[in-house]
Amino acid sequence: MLALKDSTTGVFASYMARFSGLDPRNAWLHALRQQSFDRFSEMGFPHHKQEGWRQTNITAIAQSVFEPRSAPPPAQLVPRLRSMDLPGVDWSPTALRLVFINGSFAPGLSALDLPPGCRISPLAPLLASEDAAVVAHAEYADEREQAFVALNTAFLADGALIEIPDGVELTAPISILYLTTGSKEEKGISHPRTIILAGRASAVSVVETVAGFAGDVYLSNSVTSIDAGDDARVEYVRLQQDSQAAFHVSKLRTRQGRNSHVVAHNIALGGGLVRNNVHSILDGEGAECTLNGLYALDAKQHVDNSTILDHAQPLCTSREYYKGVLDGQSVGVFNGRIIVRQDAQHTDAIQSNKNLLLSGSAATISSQPQLEIYADDVRCTHGATVGQLDAEALFYLRSRGLGLDESRKLLIYAFAADVLGRVQVPGLREALEGVLWQKWAE
Amino acid sequence: MSTNMLEIRDLHAEVGGREILRGLDLKLRAGEVHAIMGPNGSGKSTLAQVLAGRDTYGVTGGTVLYQGEDLLPLSPEDRARAGVFLAFQYPVEIPGVSNNYFLRASLNAIRKYQGQEELDAVDFLALVQKKMKLLHMDDALMKRAVNEGFSGGEKKRNEIFQMAVLEPKLAILDETDSGLDIDALKTVAAGVNALRSPDRAILLVTHYQRLLTYIVPDRVHVLAQGRIVKSGGKELALELESKGYQWLEADQAAVC
Repeated sequence: MLALKDSTTGVFASYMARFSGLDPRNAWLHALRQQSFDRFSEMGFPHHKQEGWRQTNITAIAQSVFEPRSAPPPAQLVPRLRSMDLPGVDWSPTALRLVFINGSFAPGLSALDLPPGCRISPLAPLLASEDAAVVAHAEYADEREQAFVALNTAFLADGALIEIPDGVELTAPISILYLTTGSKEEKGISHPRTIILAGRASAVSVVETVAGFAGDVYLSNSVTSIDAGDDARVEYVRLQQDSQAAFHVSKLRTRQGRNSHVVAHNIALGGGLVRNNVHSILDGEGAECTLNGLYALDAKQHVDNSTILDHAQPLCTSREYYKGVLDGQSVGVFNGRIIVRQDAQHTDAIQSNKNLLLSGSAATISSQPQLEIYADDVRCTHGATVGQLDAEALFYLRSRGLGLDESRKLLIYAFAADVLGRVQVPGLREALEGVLWQKWAE
Repeated sequence: MSTNMLEIRDLHAEVGGREILRGLDLKLRAGEVHAIMGPNGSGKSTLAQVLAGRDTYGVTGGTVLYQGEDLLPLSPEDRARAGVFLAFQYPVEIPGVSNNYFLRASLNAIRKYQGQEELDAVDFLALVQKKMKLLHMDDALMKRAVNEGFSGGEKKRNEIFQMAVLEPKLAILDETDSGLDIDALKTVAAGVNALRSPDRAILLVTHYQRLLTYIVPDRVHVLAQGRIVKSGGKELALELESKGYQWLEADQAAVC
């Protein structure tokens, strides 16, 4: 680790100058940011010789100056946004939608027809008013280990709050779009923050899309937290559609109460250098958590998914299914850690990571399970596979008249089908299939 | 006299440097059903796979004419589109792809190649329902993934069902009887018999005579050590059943 404050590079000067420019008038927020900025300065960016970062070298992030860019004028922005294929964003006037451009809420692009009792709001006004729920969730207990989370909090200014009261089941999904812009000369940055609070026996679906225009260069450093109360049901979809020239670091933290169900999908389609951290805490008896992931990579994309499933209470169930389709010279990294605490008897955990390396590609995948079990009556299984397209299946399809390209595409698609099949948000699975079909048609 | 659907002359094929087919000759006319019988390792399945275009087998000599045209330069998909169909000995499971999608894509690829209009979902469904009755198949099957979780018998029935939908001109049935109980065998055989037609040729590849009780062939050929060693009428199958393959192999050894 290199403590940034000791470095003389322009990078720290840039972060420092921007931090000094933040409005200090809100004492609570300023203190929170200051504390996080100090931690970030102390820790510096993680080094690739550091545990947990050995397979992902983020030197390019650590050595680049990223500064927030102003949003393009609506006359340019809106047509470009509409022309993007964003299956997770519902543009219809009646949809529940929050749109953020370069970290700031864009009311003109959003729609917030609030169901009774629910709060769906940009964070900025809630930070200003020191909203109790936001204050309670703005700080991260595990920030000490996470420089990027500290950086996110240091620049906390806006984001989304979704709060569903006890017993309310919201049927319509909520879509959130975080779009960041930037160029090679003027690299952009944003620190999206999403707080999802699902009350006891409530139900909600949130589709968060993180995206950028093709070719844009920027760092998207997002943090999302989900707190699912007892008996709550939360489906969360994270659709990562960044520019292939972009850097992306994310953190998802979920905490679950008794008998709650959380399904967190992580669909990574874009980005040049991507690190997704997931930390799911099963913190109430009988809770169930499913982590469902797909990374579809090509060219020189590097995507690292590091997940922790933390069984803290007895009788919890976790399912982790991550699949990768790798082409070109792409690199995939999967680190799946399962922790079963001493009290977490009768834990039922299954982890699976399957990868398809397309033929003729120079892609690589590193898959590492890590089980830490401190209870004695548990069922934990894990499995990882790396394979290529099945030659028998390819011949079978061709022998029925399907062309070579179509047969390949169909088999790749079939490989990913079960991951997509777990997406319950109405219409989203079909839309995602369309995007992937396009991608694999190339 | 009708034209040759398939004419194989002096066909040699190898896999991994080992010669399997060693000068095979065969003629099949439209409207005919021929059976190729032979012991394990005689090259029956190799012949079936070579005709369908499997690239793990290398053709080292000879010619194959399909409707008078050279078949060997064609890709597997173009062979299928031109009307060649192989019912697999071991149909492949393809999780994630529904039978419905697969078969419609297949049929339309063939129709397109043959200059016919592609079928929309409604017309396709009507066609499929008609053909399903032929094989006593359940509608639910169309929504299931291709062969996934199918029993051995269901897989074989599905092959013949595909054949019924795709209506090939030349069908090669590779050990379609293996793994079938007697009821399933009768169903499959009835399906194949219903598909006999003056403009279609069928090549049955089988180890046992049993199938030929239900699908009566016009000609029976015995394959041993990569070539046809004996040809005859349907009674040849019965002779093989009673005598086994040993006597033919012994004959061969004597000739060589």
